[in-house]
Amino acid sequence: MIRPQKQKLVILGNGMAGARTAEEILQRAPEAFEITIIGAEPHGNYNRILLSNILNGTQTADEITINSIEWYKQNGIHLIAGAPAIGISLAKRTVGLLDGRQIPFDKLIIATGSRPFVPPIPGIDLYGVYTFRTLEDCSSIAKFAKKSKVAAVIGGGLLGLEAAKGLMTHGPAVHIVEMAPHLMAVQVDSAGGAILGKTIASLGAIAHTNKATAEILSDAGSRVRALKFKDGSELACDMVVISAGIRPNLELAKEAGLATERAIVVDDQMLTGDPDVYAVGECAQHRGKCYGLVAPLYEQCKVVADHITQANPGATYTGSFIATKLKVMGVNVASMGERDELPADEVVRYQEPDAAGGGVYKKLIIRNNKLAGAILVGDTEAYEGLAEKMKSQAELPRRRAELLFGAPTECSAEFSLASMPDDKQICDCNGVCKGKIVEAIKAGKTTVQAVGKATRAGTGCGSCKKLVKSLIEAVAGEVKADPAEAFYVPAIPMDKPALTAEIRNRGLRAVSQVMEALATKEDEKSKMGLAILLRAIWGKEYIDERDCRFVNDRLHGNIQKDGTFSVIPRIYGGVTTADELLKIANVAKKYSVPTVKLTGGQRIDLLGIKKEDLPAVWKDLNMVSGYAYTKAFRTCKTCVGSEWCRFGTNDSTALGIAIERKFQGIETPAKVKMAVSGCPRNCAEATCKDVGIIATEGGEWEIYVGGAAGVSVRKGDVLCRVKSQVEAIRITARFMQYYQEHARYLERTYDFVPRIGIEKLRAVLIEDSEGIAAALDERVQRYLDAVVDPWVEDTKSAGGEGVYPGQFAPVRTVTLPVLATI
Amino acid sequence: MLIVMKNQEPQTKSAAIPLCSLDELPLGLGRAFNVEGRSIAVFRTRKGKLFAVDNRCPHKNGPLADGMLAGDQIVCPLHAFRFDGVTGECDQPGQCAVQAHEVTESDGIVSIRLVGSGR
Repeated sequence: MIRPQKQKLVILGNGMAGARTAEEILQRAPEAFEITIIGAEPHGNYNRILLSNILNGTQTADEITINSIEWYKQNGIHLIAGAPAIGISLAKRTVGLLDGRQIPFDKLIIATGSRPFVPPIPGIDLYGVYTFRTLEDCSSIAKFAKKSKVAAVIGGGLLGLEAAKGLMTHGPAVHIVEMAPHLMAVQVDSAGGAILGKTIASLGAIAHTNKATAEILSDAGSRVRALKFKDGSELACDMVVISAGIRPNLELAKEAGLATERAIVVDDQMLTGDPDVYAVGECAQHRGKCYGLVAPLYEQCKVVADHITQANPGATYTGSFIATKLKVMGVNVASMGERDELPADEVVRYQEPDAAGGGVYKKLIIRNNKLAGAILVGDTEAYEGLAEKMKSQAELPRRRAELLFGAPTECSAEFSLASMPDDKQICDCNGVCKGKIVEAIKAGKTTVQAVGKATRAGTGCGSCKKLVKSLIEAVAGEVKADPAEAFYVPAIPMDKPALTAEIRNRGLRAVSQVMEALATKEDEKSKMGLAILLRAIWGKEYIDERDCRFVNDRLHGNIQKDGTFSVIPRIYGGVTTADELLKIANVAKKYSVPTVKLTGGQRIDLLGIKKEDLPAVWKDLNMVSGYAYTKAFRTCKTCVGSEWCRFGTNDSTALGIAIERKFQGIETPAKVKMAVSGCPRNCAEATCKDVGIIATEGGEWEIYVGGAAGVSVRKGDVLCRVKSQVEAIRITARFMQYYQEHARYLERTYDFVPRIGIEKLRAVLIEDSEGIAAALDERVQRYLDAVVDPWVEDTKSAGGEGVYPGQFAPVRTVTLPVLATI
Repeated sequence: MLIVMKNQEPQTKSAAIPLCSLDELPLGLGRAFNVEGRSIAVFRTRKGKLFAVDNRCPHKNGPLADGMLAGDQIVCPLHAFRFDGVTGECDQPGQCAVQAHEVTESDGIVSIRLVGSGR
C-alpha cells in the first residue's frame, strides 16, 4: 500500500515551548507529521525554571530533564541538537543550519525563545562575567563561583535573585545590583520590595537598589575587579552575573520577512503572516504582549497543536491571565494584576516587617468591589483564593480581611476545595485544572506522584504539590465508600481480618499460594504486603519466597540511585563503644566505602556498598542488621538520661537499649521508629515517633503513640503512664502486635492511631476491654522468638552464595561463542 | 534478520548467545548479565516465562534486574516504573520503552538474541 507522504514539520527551538508543542501535537495526531526539532543546545529538553537548582547543586542535569534524547527517538522525532539555525527561507521552505545543511519544511513552528539582555557597557567581555540562561551557563558559573570571593549580580528581578541564591551556595559574598528603587520591580511595589529586601539581607545577600551600572572595571589581567556605578561609586567584586532581563530571539524571523515588533507578531492561532509558519513562547508577541512565564507559553502550545493538527481548527489564544506565585531565595512571593493603585482605588494593606521567619507584606487593589491587583510577600497562603477572585472578577466579601486570612470557619480549607470549580487551575506551570486532577484521583491515582504522572500537575516548579495532596485527601475521602479502600493489599478483595481468617483456614503458608488462591491480579505491592502478613501469622512455619520481597528485603540494604546499597548495623539505643567504632572504621577502609554518615536514628550508615560485597561486609562487621531498609521496627533513639545528664530523671538509654533488643527484627505494616527521653525536656524527640516514651518527674514513663515528623508532622497521643521499664516494654509490645494485626499495609501509626482512636486503643490495650491483652502478648512473643537476623541467615546460606541463584553475584559476563571461520 | 518496530529504524538481531542454565535464574526474579558489552536483565516468572530487557531503566538508569515482577511486568526498583517484559513498553504514557530481547530455553540452557545495537 502506498501511504500518502507525511507533511514535514520543523520546530525551530528545543526549549520548553518547542518540545512541549511537539508533545501536544503527538498527543493529538501521532502519525500526522514527520517532525524535526532543531535546538542550539547539545542535549534534550530541560526544565529551565529549575536551573537555579543546578546552580546551587540540589538537582542534577538529569533530574531537570523533561525529554531525554531517547524520548525523541521513541517518538520518531528527528532531533538536531547543538546545530544552530542561521536562516529561514520562506520561498524555498527551508531552514538553513550553521553547518550548511538545509532542512525542508511544509510547516514551521518558531520557538526560538529568548536570550539574556546584556547591557551595552564597557567591560562586559571581561574574564569572570557571565549570563544566566542555559545548563552550560550554570556549570560555568558554579565552577567560577567556587574560587570567587565577592560576586555581583546585575539585575534584582526574579532571575537575578535565583542566580544570587545559587551563587551563595558556592561561597562568595553576594551583592545584588538593581536599577529600580526596589527588588522584583515587575512583581511587587516599593513597600513589598523593601520588606523583600530586608528578608533577603537577613539571608546574607546584600541588595543595592537605585544603582545603574556604568562599567565593569578590570585588573591588569582583564579579570573583573569592580563594578562602577553611574553615581560614581564602586563595588569591589571578582565575578559578575548578568540577569538584566531577556530579549526575544526574533532575528531569524525578521530576516525571513515575517512581521516583528518587540517579538514575532502572531495572531490568535499563533500564526505569523505566513499561513504555514507559527511562533510560540518567549519569541512570540500576541496582541502586543510577550510572555516570559511557563503557564501562558504552555497555553500557546496547545493552541498551536490544536490548529496545526486540525484537532480543533477553531482553537484561539486570547492572551493569558498572569498571576505568579514563586519562591525566591526561600521567600514566597505572589502577584497578579496591577502593581500600583490609582487614586480612586480602595487599598487593603497588611504588613509585618519583622515577622519571625521573614517579613510579611500583603496588598490588595480593589476597584468597583472587584480585585484589580494583589501582591503577597512572605506568606502566599491567600494566593489561590485571590487568583480565583481576580480571574472570575467576582464581587468581593464585605470583610476584606477574609481575602487575606480566610473566612473565620474551622474547615475553610476543605470547604473551599470542595466548592472550587472544576475548571479552576491548580498547576499553573502545566495548566492542569481541578477537574482533571480529580478525574485522575478517581481513577486510582492517590499519590502526588501518581497524579503528576497522569496529569503532569506538580511536575513544573512543584509549588502546587500541597494543593494536589489536599485534593487527594478530599477526593479519596469522597470515594471512601469504595471497598478497595479497606483491602489489606490491592490484589485481594478482602479486609485484613477476613484475609487473615481465610489464610488460616486454608493453611496458606506461602505468598504464591495466597496469590493463586485469592488474588484477582498480580502486583508487587500485594506480594510485599502478604509476605509481612504471612510471617506474622505463621512465624517459623512461614514459607519464605524471596521473589515476594522488594530488592531491599532481598539484599538487606537500601538500594541507592546508582544501584549500590547502604549498610546500617544496629547500634542499640545509639550507644556504641570504641571497639565497635573501630570495627566499622576498618570495614569502611577495607571496602573503600565512599560515604560514612551518621543517621538521624543515631547510627552509622555505610553508603555505596556493592551488591557482591554485602556478605563480606556483614561478616567483617559482625554486627546485626539495623533493618534500615524495610517496613519494620527501625531504631530507638535515646537521650543520655539519668546516668550522666544532670537533668535526667530516669535511665532512658537503658530502656532504649532494652527496647531495641526486644523488638529487633519485627516486621510491621510500615516502618516504626521509637525514642526514649530521660526527662520532659525530651531531647530524644519522643513525641514525634511512632512509639515515644518520656520519663516524668515522679519516676514514671509516659508512652506516646502515633507521632510523626516526616511527610506529615503529628504529635503522638498519650497511651498511658507506667511505673517501670518492664511495663513500658510490655505495653509497647502489645501496641506493636495490635498495629501489626489491624493496620493496612503501608499504613503508618500516624494514620492508624487516629483511625482507630486513642480512646479505643487505651480501652483495648490498657484496660483490656476485649479480653485480648494476654493473647496479644503471647502472639508478639511468638513472633519475636522466630526472628533470625537476615545478615547472619543469608551469609551462612549456601556457603555465602546466597539463598537464591545470583543473590549476591556480580554481573556475569557472557563470553560469545567462537564462530567458525567465515 | 530485521524486525521493524513502530516509529523506529529497522533493528538488527544478533545470533543466539547461550547465557546460563535455567536453574541459575532465580524463580520469580531477574538476574543481570553482561553480553557484548551490554548489561541485560533476564527474568524467569513463576509461571515459567522467560524474558530479557536492557538492564537500565530509561527513567533514571535503575538496575531493572533488581526489580520485582508483577505478572509479566518488570517494576524498576528505584521509582517503580513498570515495563512489559515481552515488549519493553512502559505503562506510563510518554515514558520511553526499554529495549526487549528475545530469550529462549532449550535443554535447560537459556539463550538470548540481542535486538538493536544498544545505542
